[in-house]
Amino acid sequence: MLGILKALKTTLRAAMRKPVTVQYPTEKKELPHRSRGLPVLLWDFEKDEPFCTGCQVCARYCPVDCITVTMKDNPKKAAGKSKRKKIVDQFYLDYARCMRCDICVEVCNFDAIVMNNTWEGVELSTYDRQDLVLDTDALLKQSRTGQLKDPFREPMGVAHSGWSPKVEEEEEAEETKASEEGGEG
Amino acid sequence: MATIDYTIPGEPDLETVDININVGPQHPATHGVFRMVLTVDGELVTDVDPVIGYMHRGNEKLPENCDYRQVIGYHDRTDYLAQFNTEHCFVEAIEKLTGITPTERSEYIRVILAELNRITSHLMFIGAFGTDVGIFGTSFMYAFRDREYVQDFFEEITGERMMYNYFRPGGVAWDVPDNFRERCTQVLDHINSGLKDLEGLIVDNEVVLARCRGLSRVSIEDAINWGLSGPLLRATGLEYDLRKAEPYSIYDRFDFDIPTGKAGDVYDRVLIRLDEMKQSVRIVEQALAGMPDGPIMAEGMKRILRVPEGEIYMRVEGPRGEYGVYIVATGTDKPYRHKVRGASFSNLSALRAMSIGNYLSDVIIILGSIDIVLCEVDR
Ligand code: SF4
Ligand code: SF4
Repeated sequence: MLGILKALKTTLRAAMRKPVTVQYPTEKKELPHRSRGLPVLLWDFEKDEPFCTGCQVCARYCPVDCITVTMKDNPKKAAGKSKRKKIVDQFYLDYARCMRCDICVEVCNFDAIVMNNTWEGVELSTYDRQDLVLDTDALLKQSRTGQLKDPFREPMGVAHSGWSPKVEEEEEAEETKASEEGGEG
Repeated sequence: MATIDYTIPGEPDLETVDININVGPQHPATHGVFRMVLTVDGELVTDVDPVIGYMHRGNEKLPENCDYRQVIGYHDRTDYLAQFNTEHCFVEAIEKLTGITPTERSEYIRVILAELNRITSHLMFIGAFGTDVGIFGTSFMYAFRDREYVQDFFEEITGERMMYNYFRPGGVAWDVPDNFRERCTQVLDHINSGLKDLEGLIVDNEVVLARCRGLSRVSIEDAINWGLSGPLLRATGLEYDLRKAEPYSIYDRFDFDIPTGKAGDVYDRVLIRLDEMKQSVRIVEQALAGMPDGPIMAEGMKRILRVPEGEIYMRVEGPRGEYGVYIVATGTDKPYRHKVRGASFSNLSALRAMSIGNYLSDVIIILGSIDIVLCEVDR
């Protein structure tokens, strides 16, 4: 009997304090800066184009193969407005398959993709799975409209996301070649 | 099953037969998609046939087509309640094979996170176990309130609430936030006060005592023969913990006890988990005091990790017992063979022997006391 009274005491104490839960759809908890929602692409406001060059490194390293990218020559390079030789043509990301592992962010050499750390764009419910395959514009929307103010990025050059320091652009081609070899091995 | 041909005294024409009862695969008491075919004679269970495999996702085979970086994410999904412990096992295995030495700071970060993860896992156990015993919902709510604090803390560090993907061979993915120490101390305070609540709810509670004490006693010899590990093994009285028996990482630097039980019954298994949480708090406190500054990633890591030819079996003490990974590397960036030893799989195999002869309602408690994670059983 004593034990049950003891247990009741705990219950009573808990009944007196404020609730620890939040009424979710109306009230939202503040997300930490590092929160990993789903990946989105970043928009380069200086050059008025995406950061993404379409190099396909993220597509190769995504464990669930949910990224498809194609690359094209950058028309702005010809016009002398940008230094990027190549630019992304089509970028498809299947949110239904993404497992939010952060690997695409980690391997991207151009810091073109980040994990969404806001509430917008991650509360997904649709009637059709196809609606969850986002294209380039949809992926860029967050960053372009300024909703994604402060994405979490590791400083370039420091052990970027742990795996290795980011390489300079010259070494980059070499590295990409090496990883292609590795992809087959 | 065999028909028993005896009749109830006084009712000469009534024949009794054993009947089969199917529990699961979708049943709240089976802790996941797990099915038990029970053969009952009245209320007494005469046979248990566990059916597993509903959660099989190929978590051992898939990594053989992934490079070593991608495998870490799959280890999170093997034991989804002890992700840091499983990641720890895998990265330690790779480090041993390649000869990378992780940095001091990252070792401390890993131990702190792995121990906190042990606490969240045990909290989950206490919550779910309370439901099995009959204090429906209550213990669940208390345990989850405290688990939530730790979970928020993990989210601040890694960005994810469940599948962290944070440890890397050679270190951790990125450094912890600046307010790590203060937040960690806060979290420990929450855990300490939460543990008091849980103890008040469970330890002396007559309902728990009546239902758990003396139930399904396991002797040391049986436990060893059945291949039990973790709290189930220690509840029998054997002091065996891989953190002490075969210290990996930096566990040899910390001062902590291994709680053991006496009777090997269900009640001991619960108490041991409560005690283990306290020991984990001790380890985290010590690690926090000793955590140095410095780099979080070993020098000279290549962008593509190629593991030299060789094989290794690495095991760690997860919350459920011995979690092991066996890797055969052939010098490429992918494992050639990748095998996981899940603690709950071996522990679950003893369910039949532990349950036969008990009442139907007690089998649910016995299953609960094993603390299975079906993703780890089926992989
Ligand atoms: S790795 Fe970066 S730059 Fe290359 S395709 Fe992916 S997002 Fe674009
Ligand atoms: S977060 Fe992981 S699963 Fe999602 S797109 Fe990036 S690499 Fe693929």
